[in-house]
Amino acid sequence: MLMLKNSQAVPFADIPHTTMGEWLRIVMDATQAGYGLSALFAVKDGERHQVFTVLSSREQHRIGVVRTTIGQAYPALTTDFPAAHWFERELYEQYGIEPEGHPWLKPIRFEPSVIPGRYVPDIGMAPFFEMEGQEVHEVGVGPVHAGVIEPGHFRFQCHGETVHHLEISLGYQHRGIERALVGGPGPRTIHLVETAAGDATVGHTDPFCRAIEALAGVEPGLHARTVRAIGTELERLACHCGDLGALAGDVGFLPTQNYCGRIRGDILNLTALICGNRFGRGLAVPCGTRHSLEPGRCLLLLNRLDDIKRDLEDAIPLMFETPSVMNRMEGTGIVTPETAKAIGLVGPAARASGLPYDVRWDLDWEPWSHLDFKVPTCQAGDCAARARIRWAEIQVSIEIVNKLVSGILEGDDTGAAADCAINGDSLPDLCPDHFVVSMAEGWRGQICHVASTDSSGRFSFYKIVDPSFHNWFGLAMSLRNQQISDFPLCNKSFNLSYCGHDL
Amino acid sequence: MFRVLKSRLLQKHRTFKYPNGPAPQLPDRFLGRPVLSGRCPDGCRICADSCPYQAIAIRSRDETIGNSATMPVELDMGRCIFCGACARACPEGNIVFSSNWRLAAARREDLVVTSESPAEAECRSDVVCRYYRHSLKLRQVSAGGCNACEADSNVLGTPAWDMGRFGISFVASPRHADALLVTGPVSRNMKLALEKTFAALPAPKVVVACGTCTISGGPFAGHSEVEDGAESTVPIDLFIPGCPPHPLTILDALLRLQGIKTP
Repeated sequence: MLMLKNSQAVPFADIPHTTMGEWLRIVMDATQAGYGLSALFAVKDGERHQVFTVLSSREQHRIGVVRTTIGQAYPALTTDFPAAHWFERELYEQYGIEPEGHPWLKPIRFEPSVIPGRYVPDIGMAPFFEMEGQEVHEVGVGPVHAGVIEPGHFRFQCHGETVHHLEISLGYQHRGIERALVGGPGPRTIHLVETAAGDATVGHTDPFCRAIEALAGVEPGLHARTVRAIGTELERLACHCGDLGALAGDVGFLPTQNYCGRIRGDILNLTALICGNRFGRGLAVPCGTRHSLEPGRCLLLLNRLDDIKRDLEDAIPLMFETPSVMNRMEGTGIVTPETAKAIGLVGPAARASGLPYDVRWDLDWEPWSHLDFKVPTCQAGDCAARARIRWAEIQVSIEIVNKLVSGILEGDDTGAAADCAINGDSLPDLCPDHFVVSMAEGWRGQICHVASTDSSGRFSFYKIVDPSFHNWFGLAMSLRNQQISDFPLCNKSFNLSYCGHDL
Repeated sequence: MFRVLKSRLLQKHRTFKYPNGPAPQLPDRFLGRPVLSGRCPDGCRICADSCPYQAIAIRSRDETIGNSATMPVELDMGRCIFCGACARACPEGNIVFSSNWRLAAARREDLVVTSESPAEAECRSDVVCRYYRHSLKLRQVSAGGCNACEADSNVLGTPAWDMGRFGISFVASPRHADALLVTGPVSRNMKLALEKTFAALPAPKVVVACGTCTISGGPFAGHSEVEDGAESTVPIDLFIPGCPPHPLTILDALLRLQGIKTP
């Protein structure tokens, strides 16, 4: 296994190519040693497939990469290592590679197969798991939901009000992003990355830009890196704040719902203060940023952030201090630390179940590595813990933004003009036959981008793993033995991305 | 109880005065309605070539002859994702993305901006003005979008925007709805669901396409996995460009759809 730093480009040939047996042993050993599975995907190689595995190590602050060649089948990892199960379903759906012994080989996106003539069922038409018995019933919800939400289908197996099993069937948002990225980068590439999950635009574009920069051998300036980090943190603030408001709304506590709904908009407006767009479009571009934070803008940002902080410090504790709200959330939708670890949860959902995973510090990269913060965790793993973890992270993120913006004000800002002279429309040449893994901690958790260039410096593949890819199964687990009426609350407590999963 | 009241005092009444007062201030870097002005060098195609979405067409000399003030450039906001690449590319500075948030139009062709275009297009719908002037219930269908248009449509329900003031709200069932607000380019996997939802709305009904990808496919235009916009599937009565449109753009469009004057 080759150990890499985050966003470190290496010649493609340097990635160890092992036999299938050796690969299985390496992956299993690594997962037992506490490595997390960040990506597992295939690339067509003649009649066979090259299967890449990306593992991340918190202890070593490194990313491990190994590949092997697989024909049509191999013994499934999922049987010993459940965190691989969604990845292996993807392998089967996209390439027809069969992980033998996998308990659940159904499509995850219902996307057209790359293999000509391979049958793909119509969306949502794979048979669902069913429960049998008297008084057992089934509830289907979606793809169109009651609120202003993305589409997905949920199938509940119930006995009375109790949910015994929830099956989540996605793919409705599939729009061919990864396929369209092959052959890039081109003028449309960054827009596809910005809209991979539109509420995590900076979360995805920052690692994308770092991947491009690594492959081109360009080092972006400090100002650009800082502005992007501020964008990432503002995104986290806005979404966590919106989620807490939505959670309050789902238990019928209107004050916090209303205040947080508005404050979220105020935070989005801070992102727009930097780049003109509330969702961070155009904020991060390869080799720099288009938008400088000049001193006047920094001061305005800090002032408005102070107001936001004051409003949040009132609105959110109000919810946590209201017994009827906490009574509804505590003990609801529990994912135990053991389950969370086994199924490979990431992000706030993992931290709410006691797993202190956070790419910002785990992979030791700037500018976060300079900032000394404790990663907040909770042990309970219930909806209340997923709410509390968001509030703790909001407080940390406000401090981070304050420090980063103050750093710009205090620092020698001569680099800013140079960083911002880059308009992002012309792209650098990428080294041919290179490979890079670039990760970030988006507000939902670990975002992993894996790219490789061909002999002419174009993407031969570009893999995106959104945190939702890891976490959808966590939502299904949280519903076990809950009341079906707990579903909206559990769903909000995860607030996963459909489009980031479906791509 | 006292805690709740204390919060209410601290958080204050924050609903924007708009449309009875000024609109909330937009950031200085906001890219709104493009304004085309100036003289273009003969045969220059730099802006058209810089657009990854073919949103810009250059009219031939014959079409603009006789009017020296006109520019040969046509910018289709229905294809534009407001990335600003054309404005950065134009050596003459003839394309400027202004702070004008009024982007919507009832007719597709009115989204095409030229140097002679008025600063806003007609958004009024006779059906809405006649039946839904004081109560417009929307059913939202997300069909392959990125969740940004959904988020900034949802925000209109928060106290800052409070579109309930105008009788506009999102409802949970198409049976309760007067209008469909569609987002996303319409993925192949959502086409049937969109058709069924549209069919479930009682007539008379209208459809609002919110976001550039719902109009033309946006960043996903040309992908075989999508339909390049909702027009392939449902008839559209109001087009709201943007990626995503600012909440002010969406609210302004919905109000003008109802025939309400906005500042």
